[in-house]
Amino acid sequence: MADPILELAGLRKSYGALTVTDGVNLAVKTGAIHAIIGPNGAGKTTLINQIGGQAAPDAGTIILDGRDITGLPIHARSHLGLARSFQITNVLPGFSTLDNVAVAAQAHAGHSFRFFRSVARETALTEKAMACLETVGLADRALIRAGALSHGEKRALEIAMALATEPKLLLLDEPMAGTTHEETARLTETLEALRGRFTILLVEHDMAAVFALADTISVLVYGRVIAEGAPDAIRTDPEVRAAYLGEEEIP
Amino acid sequence: MRDLLTRERLITAALLTVFALLPPVAEAFGQGYLTNVASRVMIYAIAALSLDLILGYGAMVSFGHAAFIGIGAYAVGISAEHNLWEGTLTIPMAMAAAGLFALATGAISLRTRGVYFIMITLAFGQMAYYTASSLSAYGGDDGLTIWGRSEVLGNPVLEDDTALYFFVLICLALCWWVASRVVGSRFGRVIAGVRENRARMSAVGFDAYRHQLVAYVLAGMMAGLAGALLANHAEFVSPAYMSWQRSGDLIIMVVLGGMGSLYGAVLGAVAYLALEDVLAGFTEHWRVIFGPLLILIVLYARGGLARAFRREGPSREGRDG
Ligand SMILES: Nc1ncnc2c1ncn2[C@@H]1O[C@H](COP(=O)(O)OP(=O)(O)OP(=O)(O)O)[C@@H](O)[C@H]1O
Ligand SMILES: [Mg+2]
Repeated sequence: MADPILELAGLRKSYGALTVTDGVNLAVKTGAIHAIIGPNGAGKTTLINQIGGQAAPDAGTIILDGRDITGLPIHARSHLGLARSFQITNVLPGFSTLDNVAVAAQAHAGHSFRFFRSVARETALTEKAMACLETVGLADRALIRAGALSHGEKRALEIAMALATEPKLLLLDEPMAGTTHEETARLTETLEALRGRFTILLVEHDMAAVFALADTISVLVYGRVIAEGAPDAIRTDPEVRAAYLGEEEIP
Repeated sequence: MRDLLTRERLITAALLTVFALLPPVAEAFGQGYLTNVASRVMIYAIAALSLDLILGYGAMVSFGHAAFIGIGAYAVGISAEHNLWEGTLTIPMAMAAAGLFALATGAISLRTRGVYFIMITLAFGQMAYYTASSLSAYGGDDGLTIWGRSEVLGNPVLEDDTALYFFVLICLALCWWVASRVVGSRFGRVIAGVRENRARMSAVGFDAYRHQLVAYVLAGMMAGLAGALLANHAEFVSPAYMSWQRSGDLIIMVVLGGMGSLYGAVLGAVAYLALEDVLAGFTEHWRVIFGPLLILIVLYARGGLARAFRREGPSREGRDG
């Protein structure tokens, strides 16, 4: 496996006159938890969307595990090892919690142009899905309709769906947004447990979680990475304090 | 879920049994013409099933579905004009022709969403309609009379109305079985997943477009079969089979029956054609009554007729059939 797993070079994107990604260079080391922080509207989600394929950059390249994925469609990136959660909860509301994860596993276990065999009897998919639900603490909610889960549970479900695709890189866009205190603590534990098994690129506003989890932090302001380093270095960086951290509580 | 499944099996078995018993019973009561009526109902049930696969399970609101029926019907009619009567050839040809049309038009339509998809499928349907109208060698606007029915391995068995009836019934049962397998398969789960949340399905690695296109072709082929049967039943084909009103009728059947339920689609076809028949008996302006009635059903009986047979309302899982 190439190190780093993800490399962004000269990434640029504008919405009209507004430059949202302004020449971003970023490298995510294999096995690391790499956090991106920055004020509202800094362009974090737009950056994640370009990596995931939901938005196309105007310039620059995205290299995943040594392959240029800049122009690839979303589903192709998934098959090269990219998985993500969304800032705005994005599940299959009419499916059971289990089926949400099982269908994600299905996407990575052979093709789905199978028309006659009952998918409910494919125990390998169900077992895989169940294991992922256990990892995020949702096993007891397996048979509930995903639309009926609490907000925090849906956030956990998104992570389980991503895990079921066995990604090389997990993109998490504010997994803790809108969750309660206990849920945040629980999600932090879940992510901590994933350390080493998955490489994670984490966008998060919850500074306690970020500083507890991240090996490396990149600070994005107005589409530009203004600082990058270990949590301790970022905490004391005067430029970061001036540009951003003044607004938020730093642990 | 388990008792939902068995309930579904019960209703399916009950409906098929009623269909199987209808000809002798109608005969016994001196109402033999009913057999003929019911053949047409079952043919539309096949068409409704095919539309339900993409509309009910896949949320692809195709407003040009009648074109597939028309193409299937014309394949049989035109073959007959050229003295090709063998059903084991013409029926697969009808399905292939409708499938090809679905592939070509679906490849373009499925790149759009929502209202655009409805409009573009409508446009393709109208294109097929006008093309058929301009086929002067095959009757043009007036349609084409077919001087006989398809043969089965050189045997003209289907000339008998009751034999045709049971042939249609077998086709319906087969389509129903295929549809129920597909709905519960890997493929069916992808189609339902894309209906639920396309962006999510892409993000976990599915090429939504490819799967939807295959579903569209499958539905087109099934509707093509319905068309081939319709041509045999009426011994006549005309552009009217492809009119946008016919596509609308099919949507209504599926909605009336309850989207995403297979027996619902069959019930919807039965109820729609029966209502049409009864109301048309009262007044030629039957659509004036039918329209508001439909609005009431859509507003107050969401989930359609299929819901009346369920306790917990329409499942959105896309597993029940
Ligand atoms: N599709 C779009 N069209 C036009 N402008 C957009 C679009 N998406 C985002 N923007 C703008 O780009 C800027 C960056 O948005 P983005 O969502 O990437 O920020 P963010 O860092 O994720 O913010 P937050 O912390 O609030 O989630 C914002 O000013 C936003 O209004
Ligand atoms: Mg954001």
